[in-house]
Amino acid sequence: MTHAPSLASPKQTWGALTVKLLVLLVAALLLFAPFLFQDTRSIEVAARICVFIVLVASYDVLIGYTGIVSFAHTMFFGFGAYGAAIALRTMGPGWDAIALGASVGCVISIVVAAAIGLLSLRVKAIFFAMITLAAASVVMVLASQLSQITGGEDGITYKTPAVFKTAYKLLVDDHGKVVRWFGVKINGKLAAYYFVYASCFALFLVMLRLVGSPIGTVLKAIRENEARAEAIGYRVVAYRTFVFCFSAVVASLAGTIYAIWLKYTGPKTALSFTIMIDILLMVVIGGMGTMWGAVIGAVLLVLAQYYLRDLMGSAAEALVNVPLAPQVLAPDRWLFWLGIIFILLVYNFPKGIAGTLADKGASR
Amino acid sequence: MTEPSLITQDLTIRFGGHVAVDAVSCAFRPGELTVIVGPNGAGKTTYFNLISGQLRATQGKVMKGALDLTQMAPSRRAQHGIGRAFQLTNLFPKLTVLENIRLAVQARSGQGWRFLTPVHRLTGLQADAEGYLAKTRLESVAHLPAAALSHGDQRKLEVALLMAMEPDIYMFDEPTAGMSLDHAPDVLELIAALKQDRSKTILLVEHKMDVVRALADRIIVLHNGALLADGPPQEVMDSDIVRDVYLGKSPAAPSRASQEVA
Ligand SMILES: Nc1ncnc2c1ncn2[C@@H]1O[C@H](COP(=O)(O)OP(=O)(O)OP(=O)(O)O)[C@@H](O)[C@H]1O
Ligand SMILES: [Mg+2]
Repeated sequence: MTHAPSLASPKQTWGALTVKLLVLLVAALLLFAPFLFQDTRSIEVAARICVFIVLVASYDVLIGYTGIVSFAHTMFFGFGAYGAAIALRTMGPGWDAIALGASVGCVISIVVAAAIGLLSLRVKAIFFAMITLAAASVVMVLASQLSQITGGEDGITYKTPAVFKTAYKLLVDDHGKVVRWFGVKINGKLAAYYFVYASCFALFLVMLRLVGSPIGTVLKAIRENEARAEAIGYRVVAYRTFVFCFSAVVASLAGTIYAIWLKYTGPKTALSFTIMIDILLMVVIGGMGTMWGAVIGAVLLVLAQYYLRDLMGSAAEALVNVPLAPQVLAPDRWLFWLGIIFILLVYNFPKGIAGTLADKGASR
Repeated sequence: MTEPSLITQDLTIRFGGHVAVDAVSCAFRPGELTVIVGPNGAGKTTYFNLISGQLRATQGKVMKGALDLTQMAPSRRAQHGIGRAFQLTNLFPKLTVLENIRLAVQARSGQGWRFLTPVHRLTGLQADAEGYLAKTRLESVAHLPAAALSHGDQRKLEVALLMAMEPDIYMFDEPTAGMSLDHAPDVLELIAALKQDRSKTILLVEHKMDVVRALADRIIVLHNGALLADGPPQEVMDSDIVRDVYLGKSPAAPSRASQEVA
């Protein structure tokens, strides 16, 4: 018998395999993060990474897969966060408030996304981007003006369900003290982290399924050649509107999750353009149109934001006797160094880390 | 005679003052292969664009049987069985050949909206796509991105997409243009095989006279956007006007770059 070249499965490059292994490693590290890195800062970082992976991946479905440039992604994130925050504050800390807040956030996101989409996805990409920018600005102004509801610039603090309280003992021993596993208290904080982890994991899986199913190929086709996609029978506007709504809902849910974790929602944590810029940087550094890129980008950027300063501080101290080094490495200059690192990354990984790595080992 | 499957009535489009397609009324029937000829810039591609919906008519109608397509978007026309291959290769460059073809199969089978089933589990879809891959002899490049193919293979893929749409109306716009001699027969064989299926209506824009002779059941001639002649191949090719506007001049005339919606 002769072997026909297998049509079903193209060969994977070692680069693509490396990327997947990296992502698996991240998933494992995040899963055990509370046990591996036992300080309050680390768990904050880990939770933020989880949320941003989802947020960036949902943005990648838009920009990387479909080729839609939007600057309103934080707006949808904010709808979910404020939805949960307002519900939790007015209804008290219960799951009903969370469910209601999350649903309201999703509904508002869908309505706004559908309206923007149907009204303007037919226009040129640049106009669409402008419209999303305008919408996001309007929402930001509204959030700061309607301070009775949104808390204005101060934001809202609230309580979440009791299981998520740090003082809540999930497991108690015979003396009524909270049980420790490997030195970690099995308390509400841990429960809250695993709530974040599990919901983000689930959302990421849904997105993976989406891009791997027939509609995922249609989205890529629209990105590649909109006119031909239309010519073979796909209603491009409908698909675009759908994916815009889908990614808005995922962003909104990510916002709800983050609001539950932080127990605080304000313009800085849920609406600001700084978050939008972070998302853009993460998707560019990680690699567009790969899903895995979102993971890598989110991890790198969040880590840099939290730890680069410290790292530079200790480097400056260690090099205190080297002329100039302490000045150059002064912790206050961390943003400057972050900028340099970005430029180097973008220069060396033009398709983002995941995209460029995946091409390694390709036969072409 | 069978009922016409595709009718254009008084079909016209103006670009500013320029009339690119000028009141073309014509009916096409299943089982009939019509070759459309005319010099560069005659309006052949524009006529196709009006039928498949890339351009909207200034005046006139496009009917598929009793169904009025004139105001429909290209995607709806495709869903109603209008299929089109483009003169300028018009593919999904970064997607693989197999993915390109699968997209066309999937559009027809209405599975484009499925969003929780991994592609590889839809074996029917995959097998279907592989069928067209084999028909167009593109198996060896199945997993290359379309952009990496040779020009000839890209032209074949262009035709494969049309085949995979399984339309009722097939429109080929110079399918063998720029193809090497060893590739062209593959495509012409495919078109000849399509002709055997008497339920299909085929429109073909082609300059090569030997191809026209071999395949045409009927020839229509466009010139300056207007329908100049329409009839059996021999009759049309022998007529004087056609000689003047086309057969006489075309090979020598400097070819104008065609601006088409691609
Ligand atoms: N979108 C457009 N805007 C303005 N003019 C156009 C447009 N599309 C086509 N034209 C003009 O319409 C005329 C017909 O062009 P068309 O491409 O249909 O010719 P053709 O018969 O296909 O020629 P060729 O044999 O070179 O492919 C040309 O003069 C062209 O410049
Ligand atoms: Mg043409």
